Amino acid sequence: MTVMEPTRRRFIAYLVAAPTVVAAARWADASTGGGTAPSPIPSAPGAADTYDLNDLLTDSAKPTANMITVTMNKDGTASFALPRVESGQGITTSTAMIIAEELDLPVGKVRVTLADARPELMMNQFTAGSNTTISTYTPIRSAAAAAKQQMLLTAADELGVPVHRLTTHDGVVHAPDGRTMSYGVLAEKGAATTSREIDVTLKPVAQFKVVGQPHRRVDALEAVTGRKKYTLDHDVPGALPTMICRPPTIQGTPKKVHNLATVKGMPGITDVAMISNGVAVRGQTFGQCIEAVRALKVTWNPGTVDKDSDQTFLAELKAAELPMAPPPPGASVVDEAFTFYWKSNTALEPQTAIADVRKDGVTIWSSLQAPIFTQKQVADLLGFSTDQVKVHVTNSGGAFGRRMFSDVVLEACEASKKFGKPVKLMWHRTDEFRAGRMHPMCISHVRASYSGGSVLNFEQRHTSVATDWSMGFGEPITAGGASGPVAQSPIHGNYNYSQTVWNLTVNVPYNFGQVDHAIQEIRDYTVMKSGSVRNLYNADAAVARELVVDQLAKAMKIDPYAFRDAFLKDDASRSVLKAAAKAAKWGRSMRPGTAQGIAFHSEYHGRIACVAEIDARPSTINRKKRQAVTGPRVTRITIAVDVGLPINPKGIQAQMMGGAMDAIGQILTESLHLKDGYFLEGSWDDYYYTRQWNAPFDVNVIVMPATSESPGGVGEFPIAVTKSAVACALTRATDKLPSYFPINHLDPLPFEPFPTEPSIPPSPNDGLHRKGE
Amino acid sequence: MPRHTFKLNGKRVHVNVPNDVHLLWVLRDVLGVNGPKYGCGLDVCKACTSHINGKAFNPCCVPVSKISADDEITTIEGLPDTVGKDLHPMQEAWLEMDVAQCGYCQPGQIMAAVAKVKEAKAAGREITDADLDDIRNICRCGTYHRIREAIQAGAKAM
Repeated sequence: MTVMEPTRRRFIAYLVAAPTVVAAARWADASTGGGTAPSPIPSAPGAADTYDLNDLLTDSAKPTANMITVTMNKDGTASFALPRVESGQGITTSTAMIIAEELDLPVGKVRVTLADARPELMMNQFTAGSNTTISTYTPIRSAAAAAKQQMLLTAADELGVPVHRLTTHDGVVHAPDGRTMSYGVLAEKGAATTSREIDVTLKPVAQFKVVGQPHRRVDALEAVTGRKKYTLDHDVPGALPTMICRPPTIQGTPKKVHNLATVKGMPGITDVAMISNGVAVRGQTFGQCIEAVRALKVTWNPGTVDKDSDQTFLAELKAAELPMAPPPPGASVVDEAFTFYWKSNTALEPQTAIADVRKDGVTIWSSLQAPIFTQKQVADLLGFSTDQVKVHVTNSGGAFGRRMFSDVVLEACEASKKFGKPVKLMWHRTDEFRAGRMHPMCISHVRASYSGGSVLNFEQRHTSVATDWSMGFGEPITAGGASGPVAQSPIHGNYNYSQTVWNLTVNVPYNFGQVDHAIQEIRDYTVMKSGSVRNLYNADAAVARELVVDQLAKAMKIDPYAFRDAFLKDDASRSVLKAAAKAAKWGRSMRPGTAQGIAFHSEYHGRIACVAEIDARPSTINRKKRQAVTGPRVTRITIAVDVGLPINPKGIQAQMMGGAMDAIGQILTESLHLKDGYFLEGSWDDYYYTRQWNAPFDVNVIVMPATSESPGGVGEFPIAVTKSAVACALTRATDKLPSYFPINHLDPLPFEPFPTEPSIPPSPNDGLHRKGE
Repeated sequence: MPRHTFKLNGKRVHVNVPNDVHLLWVLRDVLGVNGPKYGCGLDVCKACTSHINGKAFNPCCVPVSKISADDEITTIEGLPDTVGKDLHPMQEAWLEMDVAQCGYCQPGQIMAAVAKVKEAKAAGREITDADLDDIRNICRCGTYHRIREAIQAGAKAM
C-alpha cells in the first residue's frame, strides 16, 4: 500500500465582490484509483477499473463547479450552501470538516446548509452514486483556501507583517509579536470590491488535523431533541395536509369519482379533485385526509401490469437472457443463476412535498436527490420557465434512491394548481409500497470454468426488468459522453443508459482469465415504477459473483479467504481482505448450523471486505415474534473498508453499519410480491426490512488508513459486499446454495394483504391497548 | 366541534377537533408539536412513539377522544423536563454514541428506549438482549447496533 507523495499543486479560485469575504472555486482534477499461490490468469481491466461511474459523475460536474462559494461571516463563522441533499449519509458533517480543515476554523463554526435548486449547476446537484465527496472535495477546499488566503493578505496589510510570518489557529490570525485578528473582523475588512481570479495552494494532507479524525454529526442534537426539520415540519402558510386516493393496480388512472361532493363535505376536508395519478384530498389534518381517501368511490382505468405477477416476469427474464460462450474444452465448470426479487427503496419518512402554485410561479419544499431535474419537470408540467420554479431542498428522512424522482412533487403541483391553494402532500405508508418505486426483479447468471489452479474464464449474464434512469443519469452521461470513454458509444434511450451504468459499475476484481459480463433488460422502463436501491446493479450482480467465487473455491478445494487472497488483482485489495479476515478471526471454529462467510468488492475508488457470521440453527430460525419474520440471524459483521482518503471515520463506520442492515434484510427477509398488477405488501409488518430481532449483536468496522490523497465514495459501498458475505455464510452454514433472494420469498405469505380499495387501510384505534410493547 | 383537554409536556392544552381524529394529527397538524414523526399510521413503525402517563404508546392509533383530561402525554420535546435537565440521560447517551443518521426515527427510538428501561427497572432487572430484540421501531438507516449500545449506556445513567 502506498500513500501518494504530498503535492502542492496550485488551484485557481475566485474572490467574489460581496460585503464580506466570499470565495469561489472551479474544479481541479480528480484522480482515479487503480486495480495474484494458485496460478491466476490476469484479466484485462474492465471499463469500470479504469473509468467508473464516479469519474463520469465527476467529469460531468466540472464545467460548472466554480459556482461553489464559501462565505466568511462577521461573527467569525463560515457558511456554505451544499448543492446536495443530506439524507443521513453525513455529508453536512464531512463538508463542515473539509471547510474547517482548510480554514483552520473549529468545525462548530462552519454552517453547512442545503442549496436550493440551481439550474446553472447543471449536474453538479445530483446526490447519487456515493459521489458527493468525490466530486466536491477539491472545489470546496479551493474556495475555503481562497477565503483564508484573502483574510491572511488582509491581516498582513493591517498588521504590517509579511504574510508568510502569519499563522492561523481556531479562526484567529496570529502575528509573531502576539497581535491577533479574528476571522470575523477580517471577513469584513477583506471583502473584495471586484470579483477576480486568484491562485491558491491547498493545505498538504500531512498537515490535516480535522479531516481523517472521527467527528460526531453536526446535526445530532437537533435529531435527538426532535428539532430537526423535515419537509412536513416546515410551516408554510395555507399549506394544508393533502393525500391521494390511488388506483388498485400499478399505474392505473382515475376514470370517474362518484361521490366527490359527499367527500368534500366530510369533517375538515377543504378540497377534492381528480389528478393524473388518483384523487387528491386536502384537509385540516392528515387523519381527516385518510378518512376522506377511504370514503372516495372511484372507477379506475387499468394499470400497466394488471395481468402480471412474479411468475410472468420470471419466465420473461429467463427467456431474455443473452447467450454465453461455450466453456473451454476439458475445463470444469461452475454454473449458477440467482433470482433477486423486487425490493422497495422506501425510506422511513414517506414521500413528501409542499407546493404553492401561483399564476406567475411555484414554490416547492421537498427532499430531492436531483432538484434540477425536478425543477425542469415541474416547469414542463405547469407551463412555467425554470426561473418561475423555486425549489427548496429540505433534509430527508432517508433517500436510498427513492428521492431521485419527482413523483410526489409533480402530484403536489398538480393538486395545488387544481385547488388554487398551497398543499402539504404526504404519501401513506401503503402508497410507499404499492404505488412507490421498486428495484427491479432480475436474474444474475454466472458461469466460470477452471482447470488445475487457474480460473480460465468468468461470464456473467444479468437480466433485469428495466430500471428507470431518466432522473438525471441521462444528463451526466450525455455530458460525459462528449469527453469521457463513453464517447465511443453514443447514448440513445434508457437502454443505453443502463448499459453505461452497468459497464461503469460492474467489475470482477479477480484474475479470472477471460472476463465477460453483460446486462439485458426486459420491458420498457416506464412499465413498472422502477428505480434503484442503494448500490444500483451491484446490489445483486456482485452477490452472484461472490457466491460463484465461493463455489469455485469449494470446487478447487481452497478456503474462501485463501482463494480470494490468491486471485485478487492487487495488494491494496489483499490488504483490505486481510484486515477484515484478521479482525473477524476468519476460520475460527464455529458450531454446527453456524458459519462465517467472506466477500470482497471494489467500487467508488475504494475497496471493501466483509466477514459475516450467521446462526441458522433451528432454535434461532424458529424464534417467535408477533407479525415478524425471524429466520437465520446474522450475529456478527466485520467490515474493512479502504475509501482512499477517509474524511470522517465515524461517519464512514455509520454508513457501513447501516448498509449492513440493508444487506441483511435483502438476503434474508425483505421483498415485494407482485400479484395481478399490484404489490401485496402495504406496511413495515409485511415488508420485512431488518428489525432489532434481525440485527447482529456485534458490528465492527475498520476504516483503513489513507491510501490516496482523494476521498472515495462511502454511502452505497457496504451493500454488495455485506449481502455477499451474508449469502456466503448462509450457504456454508446450511450447506445449500440458495437460488433466489431473499430466501423467504417463496414461503407461504406470513401476512394478510390489505385490500387494494380503498388504497389506504384503516387507522387502528386500539393504540392504548398495546402500550409498553 | 368537541373540545378535548389533556396535559402535554407538562402544560394543560385544549383543542377543538372531532373525536375520531388520531392524536398524532392533533399533535402535529393542530398543536404544531413535530417531534413525533409519521412513518406508517398503522402502529407498526413506531416513529411517533411518545409516552402516556410514563408508558410508551403510539399516538397514530389513538383517537383523541380516548385521551382523558388527567392523562399526561409526553413527546420527545417534553422528555428532558421529566428529569429536570436540558437533556434526558438517554438523549445524552444517544449523542455520546453518535447514534442518529437521518434522524427521522430517533425521537421515537429514544422514547421507546426510555420506556423499555423504566419497565426493566420497575421489574428490578437490567436491560437484556431479549428486551432490545423486542423493540419494534424501524430505523431505515440501520442504526440498530448503536441504538443497542446507547440504550445500555443510557440505562446506567437513568
